[in-house]
Amino acid sequence: MTALLELDEVELAFGGLVAIGGLSLRVDKGEVLAVIGPNGAGKTSMLNLVTRVFNARRGRIRFKGQDIAQLPRARIAHLGIARTFQNIELFDAATVLDNLLLGRHRFGSGGWWQQVLRTPALTRLEESHRAKAEEVIEFLDLSPWRNARVAGLPYGVRKVVELGRALCAEPELLFLDEPASGLNPEETRDLAFWIEDIRTELGITVVMIEHDMSLVSAVADRVICMAQGKMLAEGTPAEVQGHPDVIAAYLGT
Amino acid sequence: MRFDYHTQYRQGFALLPHTSDRVLYGLLIALLLAVPFFASTYLLGELGYVLILCIAAMGLMVLTGFTGQVSLGHASFVAIGAYAHAWLMTQGLPFALSLPLAALISAGAGLVVGIPAIRVSGLYLAMVTLAFSIVVEQVIGLWRGVTGGFMGMLVPNPELLGLSLSSPRAFYYVCLFFTLAVLLALLNLMRSGIGRSFVGVRDSEAAAYALGIPVKRVKVGAFGLSAGVTGLAGALMAHHIGYLTPDAFTLLLSLDLVLMVVIGGMGSLRGAILGAILISLLPRAVAALKALLPDAMARQSGMEIFVAGAVLAFFVLFEPMGLNGRWLKLRALGESFPLYRRDTFRRQKSYMRSERNR
Repeated sequence: MTALLELDEVELAFGGLVAIGGLSLRVDKGEVLAVIGPNGAGKTSMLNLVTRVFNARRGRIRFKGQDIAQLPRARIAHLGIARTFQNIELFDAATVLDNLLLGRHRFGSGGWWQQVLRTPALTRLEESHRAKAEEVIEFLDLSPWRNARVAGLPYGVRKVVELGRALCAEPELLFLDEPASGLNPEETRDLAFWIEDIRTELGITVVMIEHDMSLVSAVADRVICMAQGKMLAEGTPAEVQGHPDVIAAYLGT
Repeated sequence: MRFDYHTQYRQGFALLPHTSDRVLYGLLIALLLAVPFFASTYLLGELGYVLILCIAAMGLMVLTGFTGQVSLGHASFVAIGAYAHAWLMTQGLPFALSLPLAALISAGAGLVVGIPAIRVSGLYLAMVTLAFSIVVEQVIGLWRGVTGGFMGMLVPNPELLGLSLSSPRAFYYVCLFFTLAVLLALLNLMRSGIGRSFVGVRDSEAAAYALGIPVKRVKVGAFGLSAGVTGLAGALMAHHIGYLTPDAFTLLLSLDLVLMVVIGGMGSLRGAILGAILISLLPRAVAALKALLPDAMARQSGMEIFVAGAVLAFFVLFEPMGLNGRWLKLRALGESFPLYRRDTFRRQKSYMRSERNR
């Protein structure tokens, strides 16, 4: 197993509040890693550190051996890291198709003069983006919604559109921030199958932050439990669930 | 309802996918081309002015409607375009060279104003742009050597390849040409990658960053593009006015442009054009209305502003999607009659937490 992402003694602080203190973890290529932990444990902050929303105070973040802790925020996607958000961050006034096409941004969209003149080369490029978006639409069963505006879609569908947008970026590493929150059991089951397929068919490494332990047990190879900015336990889903510290952190005893 | 059968993706890219659209827009263009042959000189001048405002409104629409940035200072870009063009022409540059240069100068000013937009948005950005327009007005008034100061400056007559373009008919065609060219260019741009990234930055900066869109560059670039288009409108406006003074480009023009964009419908170039037509014809309509009103009411001052305010309030209350929204509804009604449902366009309320890390 080669490490795709490595966090080395990473520390994040907001003024005097240490949100993450000395966190080290590694994500291996091809695995599904679940991060669990009570609210305020620093799970999403960890993800925001990797995607450069926040600046780490100390420590190194390496993606495929390259230190990314100082890169500009917009460069991260170009390396092949995609993410979804806990509170859906879709482009509300645009259609599902446009949202997916925006996911293709990192593959370029032609020079501005080509776009103004709509040259044949640009049309071919747009067609290739569209073809990829259609692959994702088929993969996630989004075809009934293709031309619908996101603002009018049900919550569950929006979650799927956001996953689709991340997949359109053809990432190597995909972060899912609470993908099952607000989904009904049937939608959660679909999601479990999709995550399985994303790993096996598309070969994408998945890191998901999730509270739903049935989903975690179903798809995750490895689970990390965080509490108060530190790693509490690591292992298979069953091991972590049975770990006395984890039980204490969740139950507060 | 009409269902299209496409076998290639590029069929879905067509701007005018249906024969009926092509016929109708073709007829519209034919009508616009034919107008000079039966319209009076006065009407031609007015139509040219409406076309110029259409260009300016499209420029602001790129910024406000597509990128979600407010500007209360777009009259200053009109002014910069107009003065730059007039000055370049007095320096002996030909019309065909001076016009794009004026647009570029205005775009450069737009890039500079766009830099604060990286840090501020909403009301604060409105204040920054407002301050900028006041500064520009003062600079124009005081920089006598170039702008003629408050005394104003005469705009040289436009010429192209030795042909004078100053006759109302020729100038109308110039305006029509640039309106169509800007419309086509922006339509193409807004449905390609650049336009998508504008919309991305407008709707969610966090997601735009996560997809690799350089948000700051997009914001500044949108300002530059918008200012450039508006500056082009300003350059044409210079010829329409004929004699430039600073008081032609006051806050009122900026507000008119904002009204056009809001009433037209955010995020649609068609909306910008419809809004520009409505707002520029409103004073004429009020004048016509005055003739019908009792004398005591007609002589009240502030009638124009009252009507403009009432129209804006009406649109905000009853048609938030603007003229473009109304157009889409009418078209849907025509296409799906008698099965049209009003609720098709009713936006569902959704209750979600919206913490954002911008």
